[in-house]
Amino acid sequence: MKLAYWMYAGPAHIGTLRVSSSFKNVHAIMHAPIGDDYFNVMRSMLERDRNFTPVTISSVDRNVLARGSQEKVVDNITRKDAEERPDLIVLTPTCTSSILQEDLQNFVERASLEAKGDVMLADVNHYRVNELQAADITLRQIVQFYIEKARKGGTLPEGKTEKPSVNIIGISSLGFHNHHDCQELKRLMADIGIEVNEVIPEGASVHNLKRLPRAWFNLVPYREIGLMAARYLEQEFGMPYVDITPMGVVETARCIRQIQQIINQQGAGVNYEGYIENQTLYVSQAAWFSRSIDCQNLTGKKAVVFGDNTHAAAMTKILAREMGIHVVWAGTYCKYDADWFREQVSEYCDEVIISEDNGAIGDAIARVEPAAIFGTQMERHVGKRLKIPCGVIAAPIHIQDFPIGYKPFLGYEGTNQVADLVYNSFTLGMEDHLLEIFGGHDTKEVITKGISADSDLGWTKEAQAELNKVPGFVRGKVKRNTEKFARERGLAEITVEVMYAAKEAVGA
Amino acid sequence: MIAQPEALNFECETGNYHTFCPISCVAWLYQKIEDSFFLVIGTKTCGYFLQNAMGVMIFAEPRYAMAELEEGDISAQLNDYEELKRLCTQIKRDRNPSVIVWIGTCTTEIIKMDLEGLAPKLEAEIGIPIVVARANGLDYAFTQGEDTVLASMAARCPDRSPVAEAEKDERNAIAKLLNFGRKKEEVAAAEAEYVNHPPLVLFGSLPDPVVTQLTLELKKQGIKVSGWLPAKRYTELPVLEEGYYVAGVNPFLSRTATTLMRRRKCKLIGAPFPIGPDGTRAWIEKICSVFGIEPKGMDEREAQVWENVEDYLQLIRGKSVFFMGDNLLEISLARFLIRCGMTVPEIGIPYMDKRYQAAELALLEKTCHEMGVPLPKIIEKPDNYNQIQRINELNPDLVITGMAHANPLEARGVSTKWSVEFTFAQIHGFTNTRDVLELVTRPLRRNNSLKGLGWEKLVQEEAKV
Ligand code: SF4
Ligand code: SF4
Repeated sequence: MKLAYWMYAGPAHIGTLRVSSSFKNVHAIMHAPIGDDYFNVMRSMLERDRNFTPVTISSVDRNVLARGSQEKVVDNITRKDAEERPDLIVLTPTCTSSILQEDLQNFVERASLEAKGDVMLADVNHYRVNELQAADITLRQIVQFYIEKARKGGTLPEGKTEKPSVNIIGISSLGFHNHHDCQELKRLMADIGIEVNEVIPEGASVHNLKRLPRAWFNLVPYREIGLMAARYLEQEFGMPYVDITPMGVVETARCIRQIQQIINQQGAGVNYEGYIENQTLYVSQAAWFSRSIDCQNLTGKKAVVFGDNTHAAAMTKILAREMGIHVVWAGTYCKYDADWFREQVSEYCDEVIISEDNGAIGDAIARVEPAAIFGTQMERHVGKRLKIPCGVIAAPIHIQDFPIGYKPFLGYEGTNQVADLVYNSFTLGMEDHLLEIFGGHDTKEVITKGISADSDLGWTKEAQAELNKVPGFVRGKVKRNTEKFARERGLAEITVEVMYAAKEAVGA
Repeated sequence: MIAQPEALNFECETGNYHTFCPISCVAWLYQKIEDSFFLVIGTKTCGYFLQNAMGVMIFAEPRYAMAELEEGDISAQLNDYEELKRLCTQIKRDRNPSVIVWIGTCTTEIIKMDLEGLAPKLEAEIGIPIVVARANGLDYAFTQGEDTVLASMAARCPDRSPVAEAEKDERNAIAKLLNFGRKKEEVAAAEAEYVNHPPLVLFGSLPDPVVTQLTLELKKQGIKVSGWLPAKRYTELPVLEEGYYVAGVNPFLSRTATTLMRRRKCKLIGAPFPIGPDGTRAWIEKICSVFGIEPKGMDEREAQVWENVEDYLQLIRGKSVFFMGDNLLEISLARFLIRCGMTVPEIGIPYMDKRYQAAELALLEKTCHEMGVPLPKIIEKPDNYNQIQRINELNPDLVITGMAHANPLEARGVSTKWSVEFTFAQIHGFTNTRDVLELVTRPLRRNNSLKGLGWEKLVQEEAKV
């Protein structure tokens, strides 16, 4: 048992549902107690989906527990098959119902006899993997299912597309800025003369999955979702894949160069250097911004980065390489893929942190007192309490990650967005915090030890007045540094004198 | 039109419907009971639900947490007692609450973790009361979570009035609140304003201002509320002696009612619920009648409230509202909205306790007859898919629904209101009538202001559902 207050990655079934519901005309049946169908709310509310979420709960209650669930699950699958004629029905338990250890594969087989569409059980170990891993697994499973089906039916198309082409793999429902990223990637591909063969799973039809091998290569923009499918396709068809996240000017260029190499190996004969140079120097504002006087003022400022592997790694590189910002530590909650993260960021930060414990992350932030944080909604909140601005760069997903306007993180437009985010975080961050995004659930008395802002030290009236003169966005820091100074010297009261002594001592 | 004097029609669809998990009650109960700590013992799925649904999970370490069961717990390799002891000791050390409420979940049910057996032992060992509520999604829906908690707390209410005056003072927090700032003699005089009647305890978690409002309404009739379950603090739980009277303020508290009657030998006053001026009046009148009191000024009070909301009533009169069913407040809200002049073709509800809601159902029937409108169909455990077909046929002016269906219905030109808002808004008593109508009329007012734009249906093809 562990005492948990917050989780960065959700449970496995969320990942499965994110993938299944991204496809067009795929329905999921969730075999679970009634309170577990919260996914529908997230889809409907966060994505502002106009359609009913293609997920139906086949609820497990006392009756079902007593009588066994087979009949009910099979009924619900065949019923949905008849009602909406989905191409595919994916059955998934949640971690709760998977404890029942039923033979769900058998349920699926029985339902398949009657259903017109395909039926499959999401093959995920709910005890062992989280949302991101499950999404990756489910996507591979669905791809494999349809490739094998086509192979058996002899409908697998032969050969490649005439022009160089790509499958973009891993764009999914409830993904962090996925829709805008996808648009930007399509634009990028169009710019460099590459046709988009398929985008999966978002908006894709399972019938088209057999066409995947026709593309010249696969692009997997996110480390978390899509790699398994890409590796499967590589293994089956020898399809190469590019897994460099095109985020930031340098990595976008590296991604394009790898694409160039891959398609040239297949006889394309392209040279993208001119394009990269033009985009970098004249189209994207990010490179210019890095040289501009605005950014000069950011040089050497301290920042910390935390998020999923994809975004935390990319952000660390951008800050360190492209903006000259000092990344004190970079961290990820993707514990299962920690080696990759370490390898990616080690040279760009002083310390690497791998943790799923939001408390530990909060403490790590408090410990280094950075000038800005780039993290998840959780770190944003920590920042709010420490009065440190925070730019949100990664899931857990939040309504703010579904802006109405165009805000990609990838590609050249993404570089502009990220530059804005960085600049605003360092300068305007504090104003943003006034927005009170989380609606006042914050009860004042409860503050963890690690990031405690309350003090046991007395401030004289004058010192307090002096403190109040300090601009809001550094006040917390001055206060903490002064108190630290006083505590170290065993002073019980903080006077104006102590304050200024502290300022001199620690440069607060 | 004269309504047919038919009886209410109940159906149970046992369908697939959407509601919140009952463990969500933690979100409001931890705020209500200020010295409590809620520990939800479940899986990541439970935690993820709380984190997302309530949006509160722990930005500031509120007084609740997950005891997340891991593989070792589920396969029973670990000792439940030792594990819970470790967590509760930590909670005691860090937060020092007056009570720890263990919220069971589906998982503790499925693996048959003996929470009731473990609690007394641990309680004795660490010296903090532990209340066990099995608010799981196998047996309950949404607001019933509160029912499970209050039913367990009912067992913990002291069974004898403390003798010492000082202590009495402390226990009787509400009396203190009402007498705030008065001198002793005045308090004594105030006591005289009450009729002599057996003690009355109210149950149901309401925001503090509403507690005060309802307590004052009863005081106007000379009725003294001896306490509320739950109170603001666990240490102020009301005394419950055999023969005390109890009355509920919420329609989803049937287990609490049963516990109070069977285990605490209290007498339940079965009344409609104090939602809307009609319900509030009926509730007060019923309590008065039990105590042999002639209620005063009810006509004027109710009439005045109606008059105050006439502007809103004009917006909804003659319109229809469809309840998909979510929070068990449906019958009371439907009854109130029918009284407002609306029609209700269907009331979906996750669970229908016809005994505990008997007075409310009778008032619903009476209201329909008096207003000359057909009786609604009451559908227990509805099937959302079927409901959507019925909504398409009936084309109601408003659908009160869970969050999963609101946007898709809106996109199809159906006005909706989230049922969950009625759970969290202040809707009880005379005073809050306007607030309920504020919620009900908002989509209609929004429509009025968007009307000119001609944006009705925002889905392209006629989608299958
Ligand atoms: S329905 Fe059961 S498993 Fe699901 S969140 Fe509720 S208690 Fe947890
Ligand atoms: S380890 Fe247990 S609680 Fe965690 S996700 Fe898996 S099944 Fe659910």
